[in-house]
Amino acid sequence: MAQDTGPPVCPGNLTTRTLAPGCPAGTFATMTPSTPSAAQATRALAARRWRIAAALTACMVFVYFGFIALVAYDAPLLATLVQDGLSLGIVLGALVIVAAWVLTFVYVRWANTVYDPALQALRDHHRAESTGGR
Amino acid sequence: MQTPTIGASPDSVAIAFFAGFITLTLSITYWAARRTRTSEHFFTAGSSVTAGQNGFALAGDYMSAASFLGIAGLVSTSGFDGLIYSTGWLVGWPVVLFLIAEPLRNLGRYTFADVVAARLDPVPVRIAAACGTLTTIAFYLIAQMVGAGGLVKLLFGIPYETAVIIVGIAMMAYVLFGGMLATTWVQIVKAVLLLGGAAALALMVLAQFGFDPRALFAAAAAKQGAAVLAPGKLVANPYDAISLGLALMFGTAGLPHILMRFYTVPDARAARRSVFIATGLIGLFYLMTFILGFGAMVLVGPSAIKAVDAGGNMAAPMLAQLLGGRAFLGFIAAVAFATILAVVAGLALSGAATISHDLWSSVIRKGHPKPGEELRVARIATILLAGIAIALGVLFKGQNVAFMVGLAFAIAASANFPALVLSVFWRRTSTAGAATSMAVGALSTLVLITLSPAVQVDLLHHPTAIFPLKNPALVTIPLSFLVGIIVSLLVPDAAAEARYDAIEARLLLGAE
Repeated sequence: MAQDTGPPVCPGNLTTRTLAPGCPAGTFATMTPSTPSAAQATRALAARRWRIAAALTACMVFVYFGFIALVAYDAPLLATLVQDGLSLGIVLGALVIVAAWVLTFVYVRWANTVYDPALQALRDHHRAESTGGR
Repeated sequence: MQTPTIGASPDSVAIAFFAGFITLTLSITYWAARRTRTSEHFFTAGSSVTAGQNGFALAGDYMSAASFLGIAGLVSTSGFDGLIYSTGWLVGWPVVLFLIAEPLRNLGRYTFADVVAARLDPVPVRIAAACGTLTTIAFYLIAQMVGAGGLVKLLFGIPYETAVIIVGIAMMAYVLFGGMLATTWVQIVKAVLLLGGAAALALMVLAQFGFDPRALFAAAAAKQGAAVLAPGKLVANPYDAISLGLALMFGTAGLPHILMRFYTVPDARAARRSVFIATGLIGLFYLMTFILGFGAMVLVGPSAIKAVDAGGNMAAPMLAQLLGGRAFLGFIAAVAFATILAVVAGLALSGAATISHDLWSSVIRKGHPKPGEELRVARIATILLAGIAIALGVLFKGQNVAFMVGLAFAIAASANFPALVLSVFWRRTSTAGAATSMAVGALSTLVLITLSPAVQVDLLHHPTAIFPLKNPALVTIPLSFLVGIIVSLLVPDAAAEARYDAIEARLLLGAE
């Protein structure tokens, strides 16, 4: 286990090209100008993860507060019976729970098929850049 | 209809089931105690918990007796309005998954303050985080302890104070000796029992209606009027509903005892899987509260339920007795009590982690505790917290503490969540920004709740309240974000900003 608030991880500081104290001198040896640096790749992947996370969070907020808004402002609509015994309110309430399931499934699906391979590639990238650093 | 015997006399079946649960969990604690030697084990079970186990433990940590008894009771007496809570308690989990679980696992070690402090000045950040954490835990604990005392009195016929002391001591035993490993297994056992008990009860209800929920709802409408299937008086003020919804949604992602569970799994991928499983289980549980609530409404009847407990909390146990007899009532009663124990154990452990890891090791020892000291302090803190929990439980006897769970969520959402999100996702978050965001979030929530109708009208019986909303989250969450952003811009932190790239790499890849 690495430390929790210890010194910064070495390969992360490539854009500024300032060596964090304690970083071995060979850290930046294999950098080539044609491919993006590991730091740039890290930032791109972090931004991508953030966009997905923010979009899915927005979906959940929209679904739940949409339901709350209907409860607060259009009670008669929710009282409409879809079938005998089944009001629209109960159906939508259950659908909020189903929507939470679907959104978590979408995220986990994305993470397993897109994000994890990208992480592995990034890990290899970092390792390639820091060869000789260990 | 059978006359309810709940609360009449000490129930031997219920006590036998409960004694069985205590014996089982204490055996687990004995087993876990031999594997709990370091603070790493004490706080995170050595990160050896699997994703599946953690999914059940998260569900066990989260599904409180308040939701099992409270929501079923609310649905049984007011119909559809109760379902608003059923959905509200779940929607925080996707947010935990999308925004919090993986970064937390990758950046932190024992507490959520590890993450906020990762690139900031640890001392002010950890002091502010500890304030938010300990207030959240205190209010959550009061609600659970008072609930436990009242519940046990009703179900087992044991005096209130005795019940509170039993809960406090059992919780202390789990955490003190078995640490996170014992707490995790207590929560897993509880989750299985609670889900199994609720499912059995729901199936018994559905069997009465040809396994068609629509027939159940139709029967409810026929018996109590069609209004029970539509929004009623409970949500009179839309801002109240939105404010409570915000507290539930973002509070879940700021609850210290929930966040701490992500350190018990080996990596971020396992953290992700465990939230996915927990969301499935918790959602299933809240869907079952639909059936239990309407089942109790039709089969037991709102007036019979209110006659035993005005708050409707006995709806599920009464339904159990009606459909499964005295033995099943005993089982459900024991499950409800076990539920409280698992939740308070999780709370006590996260409180001990904050006192020992955040305050003692990082603030007093400046990040260099003596060997073994962190574990010793955590154990002393556990004993202290158990004593405080028992004292608070006795002190708040007979008080209406229902608003305190909402308050705990509001503090978690306003004090912990904004600082966590800002420090992880916004490069320019500074030490001053994060610390003031947490302090203002906690303080403004406390002040506004004191001025709210929940305290002024319901508790102090004043005619009106200065602040109109029962839950302040609608004001305090945006306020806390705003303070964090403005102070970060006014008092920037160049060193912390420079460390962001390294943090971003660790956020994705973990500490290798």
